[in-house]
Amino acid sequence: MKRWLPLILFAVLVGFFAKGLFLNPREVPSPFIGKPAPAFTLPVVATANAYAKADFSPADMKGKVWLLNVWAPWCVSCRQEHGVLMAVAQSQSVLFVGLNWKDKDREAEQLLADHGSPYVAVPDDLSGKIGIDYGVTGTPETYVIDQAGIIRMKHIGPISPDVWKEKFEPKLKELGA
Amino acid sequence: MIPELGHFALIIALLLALTQAILPLIGAQRGNLTLMAVARPATQGQFVFVALAFACLVYSFLVNDFSVENVARNSFSQLPEVYRVTASWGSHEGSLLLWVLMLAFWSTAVSVFSRHLPDDMVARVIGVMGLISVGFLTFMLTTSNPFLRLLPAAADGRDMNPLLQDWGMIIHPPMLYMGYVGFAVAFAFAIAALISGRLDAAWARWSRPWTTVAWAFLTLGVGLGSWWAYRELGWGGWWFWDPTENASFMPWLAGTALIHSLAVTEKRGAFKAWTVLLALSAFSLSLLGTFLVRSGVLSSVHAFATDPARGAFILVFMVVVIGGSLILYAWRAPKMVTGGAFTGFSREAMLLANNVILLAAMGSVLLGTLYPLLMDALGMGKISVGPPYFNAVFVPLMAPALFLMGVGPLLRWKGDSLPDIFSRLKWALAVAAATGLLLPLTLKGFNPWASLGFFVATWITLTAFIGFRDRMKNGTRLFKLPRAFWGMQLAHLGLAWGIAGIAVVANYQEERDVRMNVGDHTTLAGYTFTFRGAVEHPGPNYRAARGTLEVSQDGKQLFVLHPEKRIYNASGMPMTEAAIHPNIFRDVYVALGEPLDEEAKTWAVRLFYKPFINWLWIGALMMVIGGFLAASDRRYRIAVKATVPAGAVTQGA
Repeated sequence: MKRWLPLILFAVLVGFFAKGLFLNPREVPSPFIGKPAPAFTLPVVATANAYAKADFSPADMKGKVWLLNVWAPWCVSCRQEHGVLMAVAQSQSVLFVGLNWKDKDREAEQLLADHGSPYVAVPDDLSGKIGIDYGVTGTPETYVIDQAGIIRMKHIGPISPDVWKEKFEPKLKELGA
Repeated sequence: MIPELGHFALIIALLLALTQAILPLIGAQRGNLTLMAVARPATQGQFVFVALAFACLVYSFLVNDFSVENVARNSFSQLPEVYRVTASWGSHEGSLLLWVLMLAFWSTAVSVFSRHLPDDMVARVIGVMGLISVGFLTFMLTTSNPFLRLLPAAADGRDMNPLLQDWGMIIHPPMLYMGYVGFAVAFAFAIAALISGRLDAAWARWSRPWTTVAWAFLTLGVGLGSWWAYRELGWGGWWFWDPTENASFMPWLAGTALIHSLAVTEKRGAFKAWTVLLALSAFSLSLLGTFLVRSGVLSSVHAFATDPARGAFILVFMVVVIGGSLILYAWRAPKMVTGGAFTGFSREAMLLANNVILLAAMGSVLLGTLYPLLMDALGMGKISVGPPYFNAVFVPLMAPALFLMGVGPLLRWKGDSLPDIFSRLKWALAVAAATGLLLPLTLKGFNPWASLGFFVATWITLTAFIGFRDRMKNGTRLFKLPRAFWGMQLAHLGLAWGIAGIAVVANYQEERDVRMNVGDHTTLAGYTFTFRGAVEHPGPNYRAARGTLEVSQDGKQLFVLHPEKRIYNASGMPMTEAAIHPNIFRDVYVALGEPLDEEAKTWAVRLFYKPFINWLWIGALMMVIGGFLAASDRRYRIAVKATVPAGAVTQGA
């Protein structure tokens, strides 16, 4: 029996490795999932589809399923994502709110005017404080928030058409959006 | 054209590796000398073609051929020439080719320096190495071809990772791979012995010099990696217990155990099964490291870009190689008769204790490294294991091994008398204990960890000197002592002095993070630092802000340091280039943080005073030299001469 021990140990390890290949160690679950979205009130960047109010607060979206997309004009992968969000916003009725994160050079307004805006509102988090409240690790990140204002899902990194189809659409359907 | 030539050379190398693997193994099984004789030419041919492929890759990098995807992703037109050469092994594909080149090199070395071994043994060893080569060449050609074209060609490259643009990184991977792959030789010898069923002292003697050389290279590679992290990452640390570092440290621990266990098997015929298992483990852990770093199952600060297809391939390969060898081991284990009885207080017993502790330490590193993966796979959440775990487990485990390291070499084989040894070593023990207790008081107060470090360092040093004195009692002159003895003592002393360095730097280093405007002073560890501002300083492929700090002591200016903050042109990646003023007793280490105002006059500056840190690298270097010295011992060469006639007869037959 003793002589088979190394082999058995190795077989157990291989089982874990095989499983590990299908896991992503970089994907860290957000502790905010299932918790109410932190409240804030921020001024809104004037955009093409101007928001009715000068300030935005998550409370304004009560009763709706909406997505908080954390982005920044200086973020390269956000531009990549921008096209996907535009396509989604044009073909489906999805409510994107784009948190403009640490836009020190004040470029958001011009950028959205030039390239179009998928957002219903663009709250302006210049200091980055709201991003910290939400546990943002980097841009872009997207939170799905339900009718009761509870965070139901978080996606780290740009949204590709595949990610939208496989991750967001089922979640939105489940939430009845 | 040249990249295609390289690609083609790889395919031929794969065919030759297949020949090298299959024919000699069949030949050895059937006793067919003609088939066995294929081993050497096939190996040498494989080496030539892999080297040709490697040369093609280096050439593509040198001439900036951005129509090759690998070059476009990892090089840049402004990259200095020396880094263009090293960029060829900076990527996953390129480093894999380097790995295969090293393997071919070691196989060729075996084919050349094995004239004294029985033909079937050589055929099996080379055949097993051929099998490993087949695996890696197939891996490269199917999932990681370094010669893939990019059409249309890129206008310019994306540049080599700036972290790797350092001369420590130029030699670190080749040395590390020489070590990793060198364990393949010990592995192949063990497999050959298992297949033939001849696990005797001769097998251990043949394996020993190869294992020691591989170990010395691995030590050099790990040491260089640590030195690079210290200089290049700008955090002043030299070991982070990162999965990538652990991947190289685990084979090192197993290899260290193997070296010691081989000594017992050769000299006393004991521990046979154990030694074989260690030989299998050392290389298995090298493969495991490759898997962990390249498959993406663990996240690490400096892992290669990962791809699940590659991970799956290496996993299957690992299952074949490691699983197969362990099955062979389990099947043959009953045949391994252990000889040579010994008491609980003998050199064998000490070496056994050393082995158990080293393996336990290796197991604790393995557990810590894999723990996040195990928890995640069991659905028990995402966690990460950091330095506190490793320090808490590793240090107490190693301390007894280091104490035994002083006693072990002085004991006789079979059995020795405890009172005798105690009376011989009581003064050394007293001096070491006194040093451990008192030395910290002369520094900055008592510290139990520093005491422990000083105690073992002094203890090993004194017992090594006693060892030399014992050996010279019968009139042998110091430099006439065998190289194996010198090598062992040098390696032990290197470890002891490295530990002394660690004990000082870990417990008595000082650091400060300060904001400094032009003309500001700050003091650290008796040195006064004056910031003279930072100026633009363009480099070949980066722009830098180059700071100037004057360092003085007691009003006398000692030296000027120029830390840099670089922005690399192609990637836009910022890099901290620390400035270090070294000497044997301390490093003064300065790194530039971020500019804190618009005109870049005020900077965040990080200052370190690192006492005795260089003892660490000097210690590692002594271990490397000790390893090479031991491997070049006359004993192994005499054995060669003595067996040449026998070998000649077999070859003539």
